[in-house]
Amino acid sequence: MPFNLLVLASLAYVIFLFLVAFAAERRAERGAVGWLRSPLIYTLSLSVYCTAWTFYGAVGYAARSGLEYMTIYLGPTLVFVGWWWVLRKLVRIGRQQRVTSIADLLSSRFGKSNLLGVIVTVISVLAATPYIALQLQSVTLSFGVFASATPDGWAKPDSDVTSIWVAAGLAAFTILFGTRNLDANEQHTGVVTAIAVEAIVKLVAVLAVGCFVVWGLADGPGDILARVDASQMAEWHMQPSRWTGLIFLSAAAVICLPRMFQVLVVENSDERHLATASWAFPLYLMAMSLFVVPIAVVGLELMPEGSNPDLFVLTLPLSQGQGGLAMLAFLGGFSSATSMVIIAAIALATMVSNHIVMPFWLRMRPARVVSGDVRRLVLLSRRLSIGAVLALGYAYFRLSGGSEALAAIGLISFVGVAQMLPAMIGGIFWRGATRVGAAIGLTLGVSVWFYALFLPSFGADAVISARMMAEGPFGISWLRPQALFGVDGMDPLIHALFWSMVLNTGAFCLGSILSFPGPVERVQGAAFVNVFDAEGTGPRGWSRGQADAEDLLVMTQRILGDDDSLGFFEAQARAQGKAGYLPDPTPDFIDRLERLLAGSVGAATAHAMISQLAGRAAVSVEDLMAVANEAAQIMEYSARLEEQQGELTRTARQLRDANEKLTQLSVQKDAFLSQISHELRTPMTSIRAFSEILTEGDLPAEMVAKYGGVIHAEAKRLTRLLDDLLDLSVLENGSVQLNLDLTNLRDMIDRAVAASSHTRPERAFTIHRDLTSEDMFLRTDSDRLTQVFINLISNARKYCTADAAELRIVVRHKAGRVTVDFIDNGTGIPKDKQDLIFEKFARLTDQTRAGGAGLGLAICREVMANLGGKIGYLPGQWGAAFRVTLPLRLEKAA
Amino acid sequence: MGRQVLVIEDEPNIAEAIKFILTRDGWRVATHPDGASAMAAVQRLQPDVLVLDLMLPGLSGLEVLRLIRAHPDLAELPVLMLTAKGQERDRQAAQQAGANLFMTKPFANAEMLSAVRGLAGL
Repeated sequence: MPFNLLVLASLAYVIFLFLVAFAAERRAERGAVGWLRSPLIYTLSLSVYCTAWTFYGAVGYAARSGLEYMTIYLGPTLVFVGWWWVLRKLVRIGRQQRVTSIADLLSSRFGKSNLLGVIVTVISVLAATPYIALQLQSVTLSFGVFASATPDGWAKPDSDVTSIWVAAGLAAFTILFGTRNLDANEQHTGVVTAIAVEAIVKLVAVLAVGCFVVWGLADGPGDILARVDASQMAEWHMQPSRWTGLIFLSAAAVICLPRMFQVLVVENSDERHLATASWAFPLYLMAMSLFVVPIAVVGLELMPEGSNPDLFVLTLPLSQGQGGLAMLAFLGGFSSATSMVIIAAIALATMVSNHIVMPFWLRMRPARVVSGDVRRLVLLSRRLSIGAVLALGYAYFRLSGGSEALAAIGLISFVGVAQMLPAMIGGIFWRGATRVGAAIGLTLGVSVWFYALFLPSFGADAVISARMMAEGPFGISWLRPQALFGVDGMDPLIHALFWSMVLNTGAFCLGSILSFPGPVERVQGAAFVNVFDAEGTGPRGWSRGQADAEDLLVMTQRILGDDDSLGFFEAQARAQGKAGYLPDPTPDFIDRLERLLAGSVGAATAHAMISQLAGRAAVSVEDLMAVANEAAQIMEYSARLEEQQGELTRTARQLRDANEKLTQLSVQKDAFLSQISHELRTPMTSIRAFSEILTEGDLPAEMVAKYGGVIHAEAKRLTRLLDDLLDLSVLENGSVQLNLDLTNLRDMIDRAVAASSHTRPERAFTIHRDLTSEDMFLRTDSDRLTQVFINLISNARKYCTADAAELRIVVRHKAGRVTVDFIDNGTGIPKDKQDLIFEKFARLTDQTRAGGAGLGLAICREVMANLGGKIGYLPGQWGAAFRVTLPLRLEKAA
Repeated sequence: MGRQVLVIEDEPNIAEAIKFILTRDGWRVATHPDGASAMAAVQRLQPDVLVLDLMLPGLSGLEVLRLIRAHPDLAELPVLMLTAKGQERDRQAAQQAGANLFMTKPFANAEMLSAVRGLAGL
């Protein structure tokens, strides 16, 4: 098979995956999620557990150590069959607390401590590095196999060049789909779908090679069994300690591996999917392992002495001239490697950005959280992290020489991530677990792993000298890396696993018992351990009234973007029975907001950011009482009472608002008449006085002209006022005649800009527009809409206080609704006045000279109501901002 | 040597009209457009008669009047209150605050003249 064809095939395959991810993403964007979030896709995505190590390495493993490879499948199977105890709880906690990664889970559980987040992130990156190197190695090796097998003189590709291309390509793919947006749920539909497709490819590949071996090369299962008996594999004996250790190890890894946590918990969209996965995933694993032994046996028999058993899946069909099958096997291996690297890179990048970059950035600028675009920063840091993670993997690959057996590298990683197990399991089952315990346990466990397994993995004399291996550092024999505390003769892997887990768990328990948890930790501990009892009524950590809703909104916008934030705030305000975009900063609301932000930047960072605005988190006595109270009945009863009380509070609030509105209306009516009287009499006074003066005669000509001019101007002002009043009354009665037609929005804004240029023409005034986004046809009353635009632009020209006044006009179109925002760079409108400005005769300043009677915005509001839309003040921008919303196509009311 | 009138009125055209009417009658007329600094203007000019609009930017005419009446030197200053609202309530409020005379806009020029003359005791 020509090498070029291979490269082409892999490229075509990547492009295909790319299209799958893209299509899924598009579908999800349109809201048509459907089967994209089904139990099947969920189960298939879990197969990132089966990496290139499983795909190629399992055969090698079987060839070297017989049935021991089964342990790697048995561990996860046990975990999934027993999903009711651990997995279900993890998923529930993950969804309730909007956990973004395993680092976030531990940091959130132990009092939103960022220290733990950092520790876990470092462990994860360290442990994933050899694993990623392993994937690069397997892809590189498999390329090499094809090249060396070609008889017609294809030069073997330089393995360094291949691996660097593979690493760069994977980084690009991951960045493209893993960091497209900063989602509140941190879910990546496109990537997950592509992973599911890869899962199918690798399964089909393994099954195809297996069938070929069993029925093509041998004479069916019976013959295979006979061959097994004849081979050296029959002589293999089970070592119970290694078996137990490996089963435990792979069980731990399936929960603790960052990439598994990502697909298992973070990407989970429905808890019920877990029930399906609990039997389907073990089945998948079984199918993957079904043909491992036959391939190994036949490979050992047919392949020349000394050939790498890790590559039998590939070399066996190739040596039999089955180019197509080999190609399929190659793609299967390629799928295994890429799916692992992509998910691992996303998971690690989220951790690095949320637990290292963001806290660091927050510390650097403690004064104002809200300045600068956090969103871009988070995305950028994730992209860089993905690059860095792959670069690390590549570096390890180069350093370690890429020569070891695949399985050995994978197990090193497993022991590393297993260090998180005690803190994690303790955290979700034991209320007494504390941050101190978790930190000490993790640090100790990782140190042992690093010293006894990770460093020696680089090979003799690479990092640790052979002398030190044999005699211990400085000749201290009980510190020998592979014989700690004088325990000699143990398998190095089991030795490291044993000591790291014993010390880790011991320190974790001891530290937890001896230390005292802080208030936030206590609250979180209860929320995690009792996640099934206290659904939805999590304890609150915030006291009322210290945070300003608008500040919170500005901060949220920097992280989630304008649309999502405004949507969330509006919904929350509505739930409180308030109109507009700003809910009251109740503890409940702040708590919800914190969880929303935690979904993007992690619990610790979200907590720190809100603390800066809301003051320190205060855990009240009631909260602690609630936490301490074990009686579920009382909790439930009080929850119900609270719910009723909430309902009553909402109703009372609506009643109060309605009453207030009625009182205001009557006051307003009086005020309105009085205002009209004032507005009419003022110009009339000038007209009457000057006309009397003129009638008396005896005036120089220029005075006559001047006073005549005054009379003229005031008469015009009077007319304008009457026009406005009539307009308003027609609009308010709803008896207005609308002339609907199709008009381009850009033309309307053009007209409005031209018409309003007469207002304070002497001022420098810049208008920023995006002409392409404005280019759309609206079915509406174009004159009326233009009237609203003129009003808003004129107001900005009149009232914007900035020296170099600027106005931004932003048009957006979404689901049949069009929004047009007018945002200037002045000082904006104070919060208590934001509702008032749309009332008749409301003028914030006493500058009556600004012209107009204060009816402009009231008219705008009525016009928009008639056009089936609305106009509102948009809080949280830097200057004054108004948002006009209207339907793209207004249908005439019947 | 005519007498001094101070007109506190924020509408420039109305202030100009009153100024014209009174100047023609031999008064020295000063105008001031704002409520917040009105008190300072009164103290500086020490006018014989004050014409005060009810709706002023900064500080309303009523509040300016209360400040004036609270000041020992100005307690007796004759004040003509002007308003464009013309409701009975406004008239009562003005009287309570200590206005000597109350006039609704629009007014006849002769009416204005005689009111100011009457307040000055001419």
